[in-house]
Order: sequence, then structure tokens, then C-alpha cells
Amino acid sequence: MKIVAAYPESLTDKEFHYCPGCTHGIIHRLVAEVIDELGVRKDTIGVAPVGCAVLAYDYFNCDMHEASHGRAPAVATGIKRVHQDKVVFTYQGDGDLASIGTAEIVHAANRGELISTVFVNNAIYGMTGGQMAPTTLDKQKTTTSPYGRDKGLAGNPIKISEMLAVLDGPAYIARVSVHDPKHIRQAKKAIQKAFQVQLEGKGFATVEVLSSCPTNWGMSPVQALKWLAENMLDVYPLGVFKEVD
Amino acid sequence: MVDKVLMKGNEAIAEAAIKAGCRYFFGYPITPQNALPEYMSKRLPEVGGVFLQAESEVAASNMVYGAAGAGARVLTSSSSPGISLKMEGISYIAGAELPAVIVNIMRGGPGLGGIQPSQADYFQATKGGGHGDYRLAVLAPSSVQEAVDLTIDAFDIADRYRNPVMILGDGMIGQMMEPVEFKQEIDPADLPLKEWATDGARGRKPNIINSLFLDPQKLEDHVMKLEDKYKQMKANEVRYELYKMDDAELAVVAYGTTARISISAVDMARKKGIKAGLIRPISLFPFPEKVINETAEQVVNFLTVEMSTGQMVEDVRLAVNGEKPVYFYGRTGGMVPSPEEILAEIEKIGGVKR
Ligand SMILES: Cc1ncc(C[n+]2csc(CCOP(=O)(O)OP(=O)(O)O)c2C)c(N)n1
Ligand code: SF4
Repeated sequence: MKIVAAYPESLTDKEFHYCPGCTHGIIHRLVAEVIDELGVRKDTIGVAPVGCAVLAYDYFNCDMHEASHGRAPAVATGIKRVHQDKVVFTYQGDGDLASIGTAEIVHAANRGELISTVFVNNAIYGMTGGQMAPTTLDKQKTTTSPYGRDKGLAGNPIKISEMLAVLDGPAYIARVSVHDPKHIRQAKKAIQKAFQVQLEGKGFATVEVLSSCPTNWGMSPVQALKWLAENMLDVYPLGVFKEVD
Repeated sequence: MVDKVLMKGNEAIAEAAIKAGCRYFFGYPITPQNALPEYMSKRLPEVGGVFLQAESEVAASNMVYGAAGAGARVLTSSSSPGISLKMEGISYIAGAELPAVIVNIMRGGPGLGGIQPSQADYFQATKGGGHGDYRLAVLAPSSVQEAVDLTIDAFDIADRYRNPVMILGDGMIGQMMEPVEFKQEIDPADLPLKEWATDGARGRKPNIINSLFLDPQKLEDHVMKLEDKYKQMKANEVRYELYKMDDAELAVVAYGTTARISISAVDMARKKGIKAGLIRPISLFPFPEKVINETAEQVVNFLTVEMSTGQMVEDVRLAVNGEKPVYFYGRTGGMVPSPEEILAEIEKIGGVKR
């Protein structure tokens, strides 16, 4: 008998606390499947963020380190420098990585730190109740942009993948989405690649994953996926922004 | 006999860390401690270690947090404004119960302040500094040799209690040159394995390094566990030195550079017939409150001398508990008190029976 789909070993049996229809769960599963398929679970150290995924340390069935808000790349740097033979990844939201943690991600990327970063961009601060993130779209309403994000006042949606891709340190930078099965399959390939370049010692890798937040977007899970496809893909085009052979 | 070498305080602390088996340093430049990271950048590669200049002190302290969680002996150093930025990482390190050593070569503050020696970070170092119910063990050297010895001890204390330890020096200790000897050398390979560290879950369940406890009862339990460690530190880690205290009627209380200067002042006072002595706290947390309290039965007055407007004096007053007057003399902003100034204070209050 060939097993075609099973519960990943790299996930614990703890039930996710994520809201119904939240795509954090899908992304966790993809990361876990990749770790399983690479056979590195016992050599992997994950770094959890501050954000909705703060409890990721309870879900990934490998050594985990809970970082302070935005500092996961610095924490991962400390771990990786000590255990250069281990696989180190961070899992971070857009408030975490693209706002408070911009210095840490830029410099980890620029150093070519041998870590892989899964960057979940849901265009909002989920955990704190739906405030504007630097990734929030122009005119998007949030609890701190109740009239819609105003570019003149609050700036523009920040394009992290494009920014990181101009640096020399990264080996792989891609943006993917999880709004439908086809894109989920592509997302998994990108995450796989991000771990692969680390294993091959090629350099830093980030996969930006466009994700939904039905709760704070004020939508049903289905509406949220549709909104993502119709609004986020234009501002955050999918693709590989950097790949070093 | 071990050979003595002439070294600057900052470099001696760095070498001491290496001798203690530390192979990882993360930091960001700031005067007056630059010689420490510079020394590390040269020495660590020679011993197979890693020196990394971080993008900021915030990042550096979080790199320390990661490396400490990964099981390594790890050091960071900075000076006052940089230590303020490191407080985020330090609070997490304390919360997650990780060992790490932090060096603060204090300069004048607040704000950007100045770059001359100061002791104005006493509150920050001993009362928490970062957020939450935690303490650092704080050790204050008053010579380069002592900086060496305390740095080596700091790594042991950090490991023993799984708690961050701070070496609190000042620009004077950091920059002066004195002969030192390194009495021991630890090979990191000989250090006991840290079974809680994130080094890959081989043959065991995954380890989690964390300071989050959403259930308030669990957090209270956790904080009480930390509190127990601090009680143990108070029982076991108090360090101080007494100078001419046997028959003293006036106790000067000073630490670090100020204690050195106070020794000259005490000697000058003795020549003038004033029975002065010095209590020099070496551990600032845990604070040597017992000896100070007991001294209150013996002396007439206390005089606390600091390079601040008066921070440690509050702990001295708590220890003396109103039994005898506690006077204060301080210079601040990078001004260093002279022995003559301290003598003048001693003369002002000395010998006055109350
Ligand atoms: C230093 C600090 N500042 C602010 C917070 C509060 N906080 C917690 S999560 C969060 C934002 C998380 O948003 P994001 O990274 O986008 O993740 P999401 O919740 O959307 O998955 C903030 C601001 C914090 N915990 N620490
Ligand atoms: S608040 Fe949003 S991001 Fe957080 S779990 Fe709920 S749906 Fe997901």
C-alpha cells in the first residue's frame, strides 16, 4: 500500500487555535510536509513569531524557539551560528516581519544568513484585532485606518519580496499564495525550495505567502479567499524574485 | 605560576569570556566599550568561534537569545544607550530562563549623555531594566583582574541559575590597563550538555524555548519559579569586600571605580585620625544587605559614594533600615569624584557621634 496523504510527522497533534478558514493552518501544514519530505525534522529548529502564529511552537513537532516581535531572524541567526549543521527556519507575519522587524529581516537577508523564512502576508495585524499593517492595501479599511488606508498619511503597501531581492545575500526569494489548490501546490514547491537552498548552503531564503484573515477582514472564509485573489495579487504579484543557481 | 599580561579592561573581559568557554559574541559598536568587540572579532575566529556585528543592539540581544537557547555560552557587550536597546532581549532571556552574559561599560546619561565613566545605570541593572518580574545577577568589578575573574564566574552563575548575568563596569574599568592573569581555561567541549537546548530533537522530544504563558496562573507559577532562583542567589551569591572595617566608625559604601577611589579617601581619613572603612559591594544583585545591616550596629555613619545622583544609596538605606544616618556623595555626567572630595565628605560627617 502506498500512502498518498497522511498527517505530517512534523506537526504535533495539538489542535490549531486559528479562526475557521484562516490560511495560517494551510501554511503550517505545507511547512511540516516539506520538513517531512526532506527528512530533517530531528535536525530542524523553528523560530515562532509574535502574531497569530505565536503558538507555532506548539504545532511544529521539532525544536522551537519563541522570538520577540519581529526579531525572529536575529534569534534564528543566533541559533544557526551555533548549529551550522541544523536547519533553521522562521515563521513570521507581516506586522512582525514587515514592520517592527524590518531591520532584522533585511540584515539577515543581506548577510546571506543560512536560514529560511516563511513570511505570511495577510495585509493586516491579525492577533491584535485587525489594525493596519505596512502591507495593508491602499484604501483598505482596518481598525486603525477606519476611513481606508490613505497613502498620503500612512504610506504604501510594502513590497518585501521585491526589496529583499535586490540584496546580494538571498539565494531564493519568492511570493506565492494559498487562495486555491493550484496555488497551494505552487506554494509548497516554493517552501521546499527555500529549505533546499539552506541545505545546499546557498544562502538566505524567503517565501512570502499571501494569506487570508477572514476574521479581521470581516468576511466569510470563502469571501476572504476571493478578496485575496481579486485585490492582493495585483499589488503583490506572485513569482520568483531571486534564485541563485 | 601563571604569567601576568598587561591588558585593558575591555580586552581582558573579552579574553576572560573566551577562557570561560564562550565562543559566540553579538554586539554593536558604542564608546567606551569598542575595544571589547574589536578584540572578539580578532580572537574568536582563532578559537573556532563566531563574532557577529549585529545591525543594532536590539538584534544583538535577540541573537544572544537565540544562541543561548541553542545551548551556547554567549556574550554581548555595550554601553548605557545600547543596554537600553538590549533590554528587550534581556527580558526574554530572563523569561525563557536562559544563561547569557551581558557587559555594560557605563557612560553618562540619560539620553545620549556622554562618553565618560558613570554609574548611573545601577537602577536599570539591578531593578530589572526590561519589563516584567525578573532580576539579573549583577557583578561590579573594581580592577581589571577582578573584571577577568568575575567574567569567568558570570558564565558559571548564568549556567547554574539559567539566568542572564550582567558585568557592570564603567568607562574607567573598561579603558584602564593593568596586569592580569587568567587562572583557568575552559574548553567548551567539556561543558555539561544543556538538555533543554534547541539543538535538534534527536532521540528526545522537541525542546521549546519560550517566555509566553497566556494562562495567568501558569505565568504566576513561572514567575514564582524565577523568584525562587533569585532567593537562592540571595542566599548563595552575595559578594563584597571589606576594607579597614574592623574598627571603623564610618562606613563608606561604594562599588567599582568609585570604590577604588574611596580606598584612597579612607586611607587619607585614617591618617587624620578618622576611623573610616569601606564596604565594597561586588554583587549588586544580590545586594550585600546583611553585612551592611550588621555594620549599622558598629558604625556611627554611612557614606555612600557613587558616580550618579544616588541610586545604590537607596539599597544601602534599605539595608541600614533607619538605624544610622546614611549620607550620600555623588558626581555624575562623566565626572569622577577625587579622593580629596570624598575625604572632604568624610570629614564633614566623620566622628560626629549621634
Ligand atoms: C514589542 C511588541 N509590540 C507589539 C506587540 C503586540 N502585537 C502582537 S501581535 C502584533 C501584530 C501581529 O501581526 P502580524 O505579524 O501581521 O501577524 P498576524 O497576527 O496577522 O498573523 C502586535 C502588534 C507585541 N507583542 N510586542
Ligand atoms: S485573526 Fe486572522 S490571521 Fe489570526 S487566526 Fe484569525 S483569521 Fe487567522
